[in-house]
Amino acid sequence: MLRVLVAEDLYLLREGLVHLLQAHGCMVVGAVETGPELLKGLLELRPDVSIVDVRLPPTFTDEGLQAALEARRQVPGLPVLVLSQHVEQLYARELLADGSGAIGYLLKDRVFNAAQFIDAVRRVAAGGTVMDPEVIAKLLASNARHEPLAGLTPREREVLEAMAEGRSNAAISQRLYLSESAVAKHTASIFTKLGLAPSEDDNRRVLAVLAYLNSR
Amino acid sequence: MLRRYGQLAVLLALVGVQAPMMVGTAITLLLTFTLGMVFLFSPQVMAVRRLAQRHRRLVGDWTGTPIEPPYRPAPPPPVRQADGMYRSDRTLYTTPRVPAWNNRWRWLISDPATWRDTLWLLLDPAVKVALVPLFVLLPGRGLRVYAHWVDLVLGATAASRLAGQVSHLQRTRDLAADSQAAEMRRIERDLHDGTQARLVAIGMTLGAVEQLVDTDPNAAKALLARARDASSETLVELRRVIRGIHPPVLAERGLADAVRALAMDSPLHVTVDVDLPHRPEAPVEAAVYFAVSELLSNAARHGDARTATVDISANGAVLRVTVTDDGLGGADPAAGSGLAGIERRLAAFDGVLAVHSPPGGPTTATMELPHALPGAAVEASRMPRRKVALVVLLWGTAWCPTFPQGIVAGIFKIFDLEKPGWFLGLHLPEPYQWPVILGMITLGVTMHVAAMRIVAAYNREHWAPGAVPWARGC
Repeated sequence: MLRVLVAEDLYLLREGLVHLLQAHGCMVVGAVETGPELLKGLLELRPDVSIVDVRLPPTFTDEGLQAALEARRQVPGLPVLVLSQHVEQLYARELLADGSGAIGYLLKDRVFNAAQFIDAVRRVAAGGTVMDPEVIAKLLASNARHEPLAGLTPREREVLEAMAEGRSNAAISQRLYLSESAVAKHTASIFTKLGLAPSEDDNRRVLAVLAYLNSR
Repeated sequence: MLRRYGQLAVLLALVGVQAPMMVGTAITLLLTFTLGMVFLFSPQVMAVRRLAQRHRRLVGDWTGTPIEPPYRPAPPPPVRQADGMYRSDRTLYTTPRVPAWNNRWRWLISDPATWRDTLWLLLDPAVKVALVPLFVLLPGRGLRVYAHWVDLVLGATAASRLAGQVSHLQRTRDLAADSQAAEMRRIERDLHDGTQARLVAIGMTLGAVEQLVDTDPNAAKALLARARDASSETLVELRRVIRGIHPPVLAERGLADAVRALAMDSPLHVTVDVDLPHRPEAPVEAAVYFAVSELLSNAARHGDARTATVDISANGAVLRVTVTDDGLGGADPAAGSGLAGIERRLAAFDGVLAVHSPPGGPTTATMELPHALPGAAVEASRMPRRKVALVVLLWGTAWCPTFPQGIVAGIFKIFDLEKPGWFLGLHLPEPYQWPVILGMITLGVTMHVAAMRIVAAYNREHWAPGAVPWARGC
């Protein structure tokens, strides 16, 4: 059973998350509401995955994000899924900077679709990377004018987007109604066009793509 | 030397203009205030102002110390009311002519500078003539003495500077209030048309679900999915509105990181360099953030730029922001409403925007906010310790020669009271008593005046530049 720590200052949302997680067979080992509590919980409880709101008391700035980053500095690869009312490339970059995976960054609205949300939680717990589609859209938009990204076909762009969000070939083929072998062909072509070393490992592949997009 | 003589000759020649104008002024004032021919007043005053301004400029140029005009800013044109009329006090007019004339009349007649000008016109020829011997013997010194006279009568006073500053503040406050009201209306519209309408729709859908849930669970499920999607869209909408009010990243991280986040979202390759010792106040941060955002999106949209640089630095209390891009250039603050919007936003903080954008680029926009950063301003306005000590010493001791040794001793002397006491003057032989008493009074008054002058001179140096809005060109 997945051991989860929840950090969220709004009571309704916190209880909602706890119920949702419990309903999907997770064990909530802690539900905290401030930054210092979160850091303590992360380091002492070592949850399989924690769900963290960016903005937390006492300062109501990016307390949650800072606690998550600090915990991951002390315990590299500690799985954290960050939730926020808004997504920023800046924060995504900071979360991805250590390159160790087991990280997620989603808009809070993604909780509405419980199945997808729980799937994201499990992927992060398993060491995967989950990025909000909006982060990826922003990332691609700000790179839109740069070669060789501009040279991708529309289909390849869709595959790249899904890949950057952290999806496996199987998930991509389901979403885009393609066969898995077609997806594999597209990813290979994308990697050649971007000049990246091809990788079979889903997680390393995401990180490579994100690092590529972020380096621009 | 020869040039000085030429300059002084010009000044003396101007008496030829001053003399008829003096007569004209006398006649106009007479006609205005006895026969009520008020229409003569304004052209006459403006003519005197032009002549006075010419003297200010000539003398300022020749001595190298400019003399500021003391005039109050002209009244703004009358504003059309909602009913299409123009108001002047309690009367309504259909055309703006009469209210404008009334405002102008009030402006000219209530400005002390008008009467100082008249006084100057009356006395100046006599002063010039009286100075002729000095002009001939020491032309340089003569010009400086004349410049003092012009500065005394025609120069800006503390009151005129304050009046200028007040009107500047009033203008920027009105602008700030206007743009704030416009913002509020925009936010209200966004919330009313977007968020509120969507929430109503969600509520209605949920009501329908309640009805259907027993009879047609499948339809109810479909409706629920729709309500969920609608709430998702509402959130997207709301996020956009919030970003327009105060970007969350600005609240969470401050200006430096918020500008970095902007740079990342921009399609341009943007280099950001921030060097600030303190965080500015939140409203200043927001103004700078929106200005940089506007400039970057302008560069991407119109300027066809590929790279841009944002540089934010502090110089004392001044916050300076420079945005440079390699686009096509040709940006004009007068034409683009975006740039005008930035100017309005900055004006609330006394900030200015300068855009240098030659055709073909590159475009450089520089923003300066003079009192945006804390700390430095307080330090600069403190008097040096040496001067403070001198002023304290003067104030602390000046009473002694002025009152006991001067005035009081004089009173004792006049009424011939018996005891000389500790009055130094009264202990001396008779012929020296009055000179010593008067000398004491002079010494004491000089000390008082010196103390006052040190403080006044210091205040003029350190506060006056800030009190002259037109010196900054806005």
